[in-house]
Amino acid sequence: MAAFDEMLPEVSGLRRPYQAYDRWLKEQDPARLTQKMQDAERVFRKTGITFAVYGEQEASERLIPFDIVPRIISGQEWRRLTQGIEQRVQALNAFLDDIYHRQEILRAGRVPRELVAKNEAFLPEMIGVKPPAGVYTHIIGVDIVRISENEFYVLEDNARTPSGVSYMLENRETMMQLFPELFQQIKVRPVENYPQLLRQSLAAVRPQGTKGAPTIAVLTPGSYNSAYFEHAFLADQMGVQLVEGQDLRVVDGHVTMRTTEGYKQIDVLYRRVDDAFLDPLTFRPDSALGVPGIMDVYRAGNITIANAPGTGIADDKAIYSYMPEIVEFYTGRKAILGNIPTWRCSEPDSLKYVLEHIGELVIKEVHGSGGYGMLVGPAATKKECQDFAKKLQAKPTNYIAQPTLALSTCPILTEKGLSPRHVDLRPYVLVSDRIQIVPGGLTRVALKQGSLVVNSSQGGGTKDTWVLDD
Amino acid sequence: MLLGRTANGLYWMNRYIERAENMARLVDAGLRMALTRTQNASEEWNSVLLSAGSDVAFSQKYEDYTVANVSDFLLRDTSNPSSTMSSIETARNNARMVRTALTRETWESINEAWMSLKRMLARPIDERDLPTVLDAIKRETALIRGSFYGTMLRNEIFDFSQLGTYVERADNTARILDVKYYVLLPSISWVGSTLDNYQWESILRSVSAHRSYRWVYDADYKPTNIADYLILNVRMPRSLTFCYRFLGEHLKFLADDYGERHACHATAEKIQAMLRKGSIKDIFDHGLHEFLAEFIRDNTRLGDEIAQDYRFY
Repeated sequence: MAAFDEMLPEVSGLRRPYQAYDRWLKEQDPARLTQKMQDAERVFRKTGITFAVYGEQEASERLIPFDIVPRIISGQEWRRLTQGIEQRVQALNAFLDDIYHRQEILRAGRVPRELVAKNEAFLPEMIGVKPPAGVYTHIIGVDIVRISENEFYVLEDNARTPSGVSYMLENRETMMQLFPELFQQIKVRPVENYPQLLRQSLAAVRPQGTKGAPTIAVLTPGSYNSAYFEHAFLADQMGVQLVEGQDLRVVDGHVTMRTTEGYKQIDVLYRRVDDAFLDPLTFRPDSALGVPGIMDVYRAGNITIANAPGTGIADDKAIYSYMPEIVEFYTGRKAILGNIPTWRCSEPDSLKYVLEHIGELVIKEVHGSGGYGMLVGPAATKKECQDFAKKLQAKPTNYIAQPTLALSTCPILTEKGLSPRHVDLRPYVLVSDRIQIVPGGLTRVALKQGSLVVNSSQGGGTKDTWVLDD
Repeated sequence: MLLGRTANGLYWMNRYIERAENMARLVDAGLRMALTRTQNASEEWNSVLLSAGSDVAFSQKYEDYTVANVSDFLLRDTSNPSSTMSSIETARNNARMVRTALTRETWESINEAWMSLKRMLARPIDERDLPTVLDAIKRETALIRGSFYGTMLRNEIFDFSQLGTYVERADNTARILDVKYYVLLPSISWVGSTLDNYQWESILRSVSAHRSYRWVYDADYKPTNIADYLILNVRMPRSLTFCYRFLGEHLKFLADDYGERHACHATAEKIQAMLRKGSIKDIFDHGLHEFLAEFIRDNTRLGDEIAQDYRFY
């Protein structure tokens, strides 16, 4: 099955959103473009936009490759996408509120009770806790794939700690530095105000008792974390403190940070530390990354934690397959953005099907992320498939399977000119008293020809994503 | 508002940038001595290592005091925590940690210095390339200093950075003097020999002051003048008095900003007063070595007090 190319589909010729860009591109000297590509790499290396790759000792700091051909989305396409995303994000928050309170959806039998109760992402400590402003997931990155002109699917809802937004911002910054003239010719909607929106959004969900302007901080696991650059970048752009667990302490019922003038109260904590490490008194006792006692402060309503502890139950891969039901249950309407058909290996019939068709499917760990521990059937050897089948049979509940979709492609610039590569899209959503979606997002691109794995840890790259102001 | 951990990161980032450069300067002075006085080369290298505080670690690893061994150990050996490469790496790690407190220009200059020195010091240095390498180190640290002074807001972030720079610099100058204090003593009979001239020049060279000395004093090297220049001169940027003038100033800014004085303020003022009223004659009468040893102790104590008073940990 041939993939749908977003710039130049086989059947219909150059697509509208790319017309102005294509005109510009045809006027460019190929040597100059190659030069620009090298300039881009130098910019990224100089500014230190790197990420750490687990398991690679040598190149402990690597760049995510950047491709200079933008991925372009028309205003009309974007409007449709945002309606679907808004609906989904509303449903995610409603689901979380329900799961940690009355559990209506479980009583109605729409989602199996044991799927929630036995899920590691479900935190019994959160039962009955009402987060400030009632928001559970404040920052969401919804992964969307496209397979034809009109078919978009949600691949994953990243509702706990979605990363990558700094690349969206730096990619745009780099493109504007490299090709200022392009932005004069083509009206692209801006993404630069994301940090301000994030700050406003976090301030809007401050605890009720906050006096004056809330103090906001970003909690990072530290400078050795693979996403540290992003944590520092966001804190810097928002003009807030970047703190580590060792800076924080609970004093008089509030979370405070150690400053050169003593301990100062924090009202809103944008945490980039996983639930398990958040509070050694409540969760993993060996965690040095969190704050002892922060959960007590949270339960007392004296701090906002974004995203709330326990939101992982909403983006869990096993729950994912129930998202169409979840959206309908809480919004009363059919999901605008569909799910990819998913086989839950925990169900015997599905497991049987998956084992029989292992060579055609993508099989993922329910709790995995970053492209680790997955099998792409069509790209795997027979031996790899057999080995994976054994793992699957040993612990079927740990896996889901999806058909290998012909993800849309978008051209990248190679030494031999433009060449199509598979892409996905992660728009970023902010939830406070309203839902805001920045027009753009992170386009991840599989740089290997034919590859469907776009994760940066597996050799994927990124592109600037343009939403046209048309 | 500044996190204690950030203040700590800024302080050590600057101490290590200063140290990275000081190592290059020490090797430079040693190299000059080795080239001109082949006979005493190993003794000279030994005092370079003493000044760097690396003599024990060096002797555990090497037997011969050669240009290749010493420069390798002081410039590129990552098992030596004070080598230029280790220092620049530590400085960068600290800079990464406090990145939100730095201007883009400052961060980039540190990151680029790290990238370029890592490349340059990846392989053992050919003796013929040593001067080029030393120049490159000094240039990279000068670029960092330039972007830092040119772009940073003069606030508490700047103050803590400067405290790191001047505590490290004062320590370095005092150590250089202390290792060579005996060649400055007036009582020794062979004063005025050619040997002394080289020794004296070497001291000045290791603080990059061999030319400026002549602008301030006579063309002749005189031990009391050299000691005066490095200890008491108010305008010489590496003298103890100069360092304490700025330490005092930045500590005062912090006290004014925060509306609170600490133990470190009293210590800095005590040292400043001692430098202000002392004449070089008094210092020699008191004993140069005793004076320097006391200074190094007090300076270290100041560093500890700053860390404690401003909640670095």
